[in-house]
Amino acid sequence: MEPFSSHTGRTVVLRRSNVDTDQIIPAEFGKRISRHGLSDALFARWRKDPAFILNSKEHEGATVLIADTNFGTGSSREQAVWALREWGFAVVVSTRFGDIFHRNALRNGLLAVVLPDEAVASLMDRAEADPSFEISVDLTKCEVAAGQDRWSFSIDERARWLLLNGLDTIEVTLRDAADIADYERSRPSWLPEIPRGSGSTQARAGTR
Amino acid sequence: MTGRTLAEKLWQRHVVRELDERTDLLYIDLHLIHEVSSPQAFEGLRLSGRRVRRPELTLAVEDHNVPTHSLTIADDASRAQIDALRGNCAEHDIELYSIGDASQGIVHVVGPELGLVQPGMLVVCGDSHTSTHGALGALAFGVGTSDVEHVLATQTLAVARPRTMAVEFTGLPPAGTEAKDIILAVIGAIGTNGAQGFLIEYRGEAVRSMSMEGRMTMCNMSIEAGARAGMIAPDDNTLAYLRDRPYAPSGAAWQDAVSDWETLVTDDPDAFDRVVRIDLAELSPHVTWGTNPGHALPLDAAVPSPESFTDPVERASAERALEYMDLRPGTRMRDIPIDTVFIGSCTNGRIEDLRAAGEILRGRRVKPGVRMLVVPGSGRVRVQAEQEGLHEVFKAAGAEWRLPGCSMCLGMNSDRISGNNRVASTSNRNFEGRQGGRARTHLVSPAVAAATAVTGRLAAPHDLV
Repeated sequence: MEPFSSHTGRTVVLRRSNVDTDQIIPAEFGKRISRHGLSDALFARWRKDPAFILNSKEHEGATVLIADTNFGTGSSREQAVWALREWGFAVVVSTRFGDIFHRNALRNGLLAVVLPDEAVASLMDRAEADPSFEISVDLTKCEVAAGQDRWSFSIDERARWLLLNGLDTIEVTLRDAADIADYERSRPSWLPEIPRGSGSTQARAGTR
Repeated sequence: MTGRTLAEKLWQRHVVRELDERTDLLYIDLHLIHEVSSPQAFEGLRLSGRRVRRPELTLAVEDHNVPTHSLTIADDASRAQIDALRGNCAEHDIELYSIGDASQGIVHVVGPELGLVQPGMLVVCGDSHTSTHGALGALAFGVGTSDVEHVLATQTLAVARPRTMAVEFTGLPPAGTEAKDIILAVIGAIGTNGAQGFLIEYRGEAVRSMSMEGRMTMCNMSIEAGARAGMIAPDDNTLAYLRDRPYAPSGAAWQDAVSDWETLVTDDPDAFDRVVRIDLAELSPHVTWGTNPGHALPLDAAVPSPESFTDPVERASAERALEYMDLRPGTRMRDIPIDTVFIGSCTNGRIEDLRAAGEILRGRRVKPGVRMLVVPGSGRVRVQAEQEGLHEVFKAAGAEWRLPGCSMCLGMNSDRISGNNRVASTSNRNFEGRQGGRARTHLVSPAVAAATAVTGRLAAPHDLV
């Protein structure tokens, strides 16, 4: 993954709370087997409304989404994050995120930043007043900047380290392979194992 | 974590290594996968030249995309996703329960009923409703596809230590209420983010006297309160449920396992980071009126007015929800007409749920104009229900008796809603369009769903003459 240290970009405001991942990407788009090509699916139902904010020309090219509280609740579908990334978002700011969405976002280089209520309210007002309004997010300093204002944010330290260095999380974990093998030897013997073909007919090839 | 609560004990026994002050590398005992959240994970393995570390700790099922009226998938995209899962499981030597297989079904129904989920285990799945499995005294949480890939490759996950929350029930729920009513009341009380970042342990006499199916319904919807996981300490009910299931330990191993499981209790009730107390003595059937599971009320209540919410964010959310749901404040919930009834899902697709619905439908008819689907959560549930004659009850009442799958819980398979139907659904999410189209979803228990099918309006069993 590309290292992430900072980002500056134009903003777009989504003034809705409790936006669940079924809204970010409806389930029918979860049938695809690639993580790419999902930008058309982003907020697909809401985008049918010409007045929906992401349909406005003046917000084309915005890379920072400022969302109302509790963004990304519900389903664990990572497609929600992939669709936001493909659309061009690099940062999402809110006062609160759904846990699984937040984790998925950081795993995919979409910086989900939690700011206090008053900071998000201020950013929303300014972004709505001026479509060219930009903010900067600095992951090295854990700071959001807009004009003269600065807000610091906290973020999971491990996720930050992985992002700043653009590390492959699996590769990092595999450095602990010896510890994993040690642990495996200590597991209780009664824990279940499911050899292929043990309890079931085999899958048929093709479904037609 | 010091190990005084059930959650802390479960966490500690899976720590492979402490990675930093807040994060542990945890070992995964059981990795459940399905066709929707796994193809990109296998693709990732292929691109990096990695293999599945422990295929025998992995089980795959086909559930989200499957049709429930036939064994043939008509939709090309759904079929491609199923075929991808079949290819991946064959390539990586992973057991797969396919459409038509006796053990196929919804991943969160299949795992427990095969005895694959046991107290003390750590279970993950690329699905938020993995919290279901906490009912067995396991730590179980949903993850995204990147984590699915990580587990496939390493059998571990690096996770920050969460906080713990006790939901302490006082009083016993009156007759005529179900686990679904309890969890809807909990989410209605604490909100969709009320447990965010927490592992919930459900406690109290009401939990001890609850069936395993009811416990799974409650733990299933923990995620709807924002929790990472929900769990219940194992007890005699748990042992009775597990005994003799295909993958449960047997003989001397059973005794060893039980001795271990008996230690899985919270030693110090004051050790939780947060405690929420909820009295169940006055509980009545609950339904949702809006577009998130926190929008829950007693069936005896009326549609709320947005002005009744003091929090401006909640008020705006209520306004929007009422518009989407096409409801007016003050309308009695019992006066809301329903045209579709869905009984099934990982929340309420188990045998006890079908029995509850069957009891009410026996000798009654689904109201003309109402479509009712009854979808068993798994092939085993379907067989059990047919042995008990429940399918005849449903069919005689005019309901459709289906094959197992996720069905109308989400708009992913051929059971999706295409219009603006108003649905009484035993599933877990009433989000806008969740069931397809512009579906307006009211979350209900199986008993309320059955009574509603008879009257054509939201109704409780005691409303029926």
